[in-house]
Amino acid sequence: MNAAPKRIVILGAASAMAEVAGRLWAAEGARLALVGRNADRLEAIAADLRVRGAAAVEIEVADCASVDATSTLDALAQRLGGLDVVLLAYGVPGDQSQLERDPAATADLLQTNFVSAAAWCLAAADCFERQRSGALVVIGSVAGDRGRASNYVYGASKAGLATLVEGVAHRLAKSGARAVLIKPGFVDTPMTAHIAKKGPLWAQPEALGQTIVKAANKGGPVAYAPFYWRGIMAVIRNVPAPIFHRMNL
Amino acid sequence: MTETEPLPRRSAHEVETGPSATRQRFVERGDIVAWGRVDRRPQHWARPQFRDELGDLIRDPAWPEKLAIGLRRSYGDSCLNSGGALVDMTGLDRLIAFDPLSGRLRGEAGVSLSEAIRHIVPHGWFLPTTPGTRFVTLGGAVANDVHGKNHHMAGTFGSSVTALGLLRGDGSRVMATPTTEPDLFRATIGGLGLTGVIEWVEFALAPIPSGLLDVEIAPFETLEAFWSLAAESVGSHAHTVAWIDCATSGGRGVFTRANWVPAGGLAPHNDRSLRAIPFEFPGFALNRLSVGAFNEFYYRLHKMKAARQRQDYQTYFYPLDSIRSWNRLYGVRGMRQYQCVIPWGEERVALSALLAEIARAGQASFLAVLKTFGDKSSPGLLSFPRPGTTLALDFPNRGERTLSLMGRLDAIVREAKGALYPAKDGRMPGDMFRLSFPQWETFARLKDPAMNSDFWRRVSQ
Repeated sequence: MNAAPKRIVILGAASAMAEVAGRLWAAEGARLALVGRNADRLEAIAADLRVRGAAAVEIEVADCASVDATSTLDALAQRLGGLDVVLLAYGVPGDQSQLERDPAATADLLQTNFVSAAAWCLAAADCFERQRSGALVVIGSVAGDRGRASNYVYGASKAGLATLVEGVAHRLAKSGARAVLIKPGFVDTPMTAHIAKKGPLWAQPEALGQTIVKAANKGGPVAYAPFYWRGIMAVIRNVPAPIFHRMNL
Repeated sequence: MTETEPLPRRSAHEVETGPSATRQRFVERGDIVAWGRVDRRPQHWARPQFRDELGDLIRDPAWPEKLAIGLRRSYGDSCLNSGGALVDMTGLDRLIAFDPLSGRLRGEAGVSLSEAIRHIVPHGWFLPTTPGTRFVTLGGAVANDVHGKNHHMAGTFGSSVTALGLLRGDGSRVMATPTTEPDLFRATIGGLGLTGVIEWVEFALAPIPSGLLDVEIAPFETLEAFWSLAAESVGSHAHTVAWIDCATSGGRGVFTRANWVPAGGLAPHNDRSLRAIPFEFPGFALNRLSVGAFNEFYYRLHKMKAARQRQDYQTYFYPLDSIRSWNRLYGVRGMRQYQCVIPWGEERVALSALLAEIARAGQASFLAVLKTFGDKSSPGLLSFPRPGTTLALDFPNRGERTLSLMGRLDAIVREAKGALYPAKDGRMPGDMFRLSFPQWETFARLKDPAMNSDFWRRVSQ
């Protein structure tokens, strides 16, 4: 590691995908700031990342969905001595049938997955544009590619986020900074642990960590993870509505 | 030392906290099997990510009896709990502390030996001892008090454990060391996960000068030759083991002994490029002819290679790990393993009798391992290693035929006052277990009533 250590903020640091990415960055000797709600969990992850080689690990116990993004990000950048990467990895899947019955629950989900996430993205964009470098990496979902009866509220929140990150990437292109949306397919995480049957399309979080770390270094504004979801979703997006509406998805 | 359980925290972030309380904590899974893949009973299973989730799982009233499990390299039913629920600990895989000067490592129970090795080797440390696979967890290594090729030098894995954290069924947390809570410590080492959930393990590492071993391969024609090779190597070589050809009754085999090379770099291994057996082989693939041919080939190959050579640690310690899920070679009916230890004084008669019985039965075994244990006493009440010789054999599961062969082997082991290894077992009769572990009653008093396994239900009745 001859280069100066990367300075990285992870929002939703206790999520499985964020933790795996954190381990890869720690092995590179990065300086990391972990943001999440549960202090004990963040402490456990921080200890692990230090053993794995992180040059420094800072902890910020906060609710990403409600804290002020701009001031928090500025403070974290100061603690890290600069900012190279922001990974946005928090989000809630919601229970579709409950969301349909309860508008307040839908508003909460959109607040967490879209409204608050947009504030973080814009705060990171301002910072990276000013310094003319940096990478914003956002965890989206293939669910945002086409609305489906089983999870369209969650899908809509991720579709909104996708357009926002696409716009940030466009805005930053001139400055040399970057923004990337990661679109994971099925990932074997606590969010999906209740689904008992895991077939060949299921990926382990470890594979996603690789994609995240790679996306922070280089590549286009959208990364499907694993890559073959680009093909799967191209098919799903293009199924004509009369056929799509007869499918149970 | 007892700490109180922290209050469970609620979070709007399901991604961070796992399944919500409205969902069942344990899901039914038909694909949770032990390494032998014989027992296919459905299991109720949960995989937490954080220590604060364990309290709710262990106290879940839907399933009074729980069992914490790791990477399920145990062969039989000691890692199954079809009468209760399983807490899969592989999500708790964080390193907690590592001191590269003193060589102490503390990690959560779900850390695999493979992960641990990758972090310690570049600092000049290795595991104090290692089983033949690196895909076991720290919790599993403690719960089975695993041993390795250097038993005559290092004793069992448990001999190097300095402290462990235990979550008891009543929700209390206990730190056990050889001196604080010594009874619970001795019960937990080799205790098959029945004294509570092992949350973390701290152990002393062994210094290594390089990641390479100087390996000597010596074919032998008879058991007599094995005994003398084993005896002459005890003082000179840190690691010894033999493969033995059980398709013939003469006792031919290949003895290997090794020491760490004094210099040669400390490169850690990488798990990313491993190949896997992608499907279950048909049941007839491993038969008397194919295994006989394999053994003939293996013996001749090593006879040609007989010499000294340098091997990296993963090649020497973990040859089978280079093919993930090799157990699928045995087909859908799976395999059974038989591992016994014969105390000194009885070894010559008993080993000859065992090999004769196996050859006569004509049931193929191509992974037969012979190894002498040293005099280091094992720390656990249910530790398997004891002074003597251990023989481990794999058999394709042929139902009753296999069971009756194992019953005949039991008679020889009983006669020799030997013992069987619970980690490898899915069928030993209760009296065989009690004879193997004379301290089992002391253990039974220390067992946590909230913990159980299919193995314990079977042997304690």
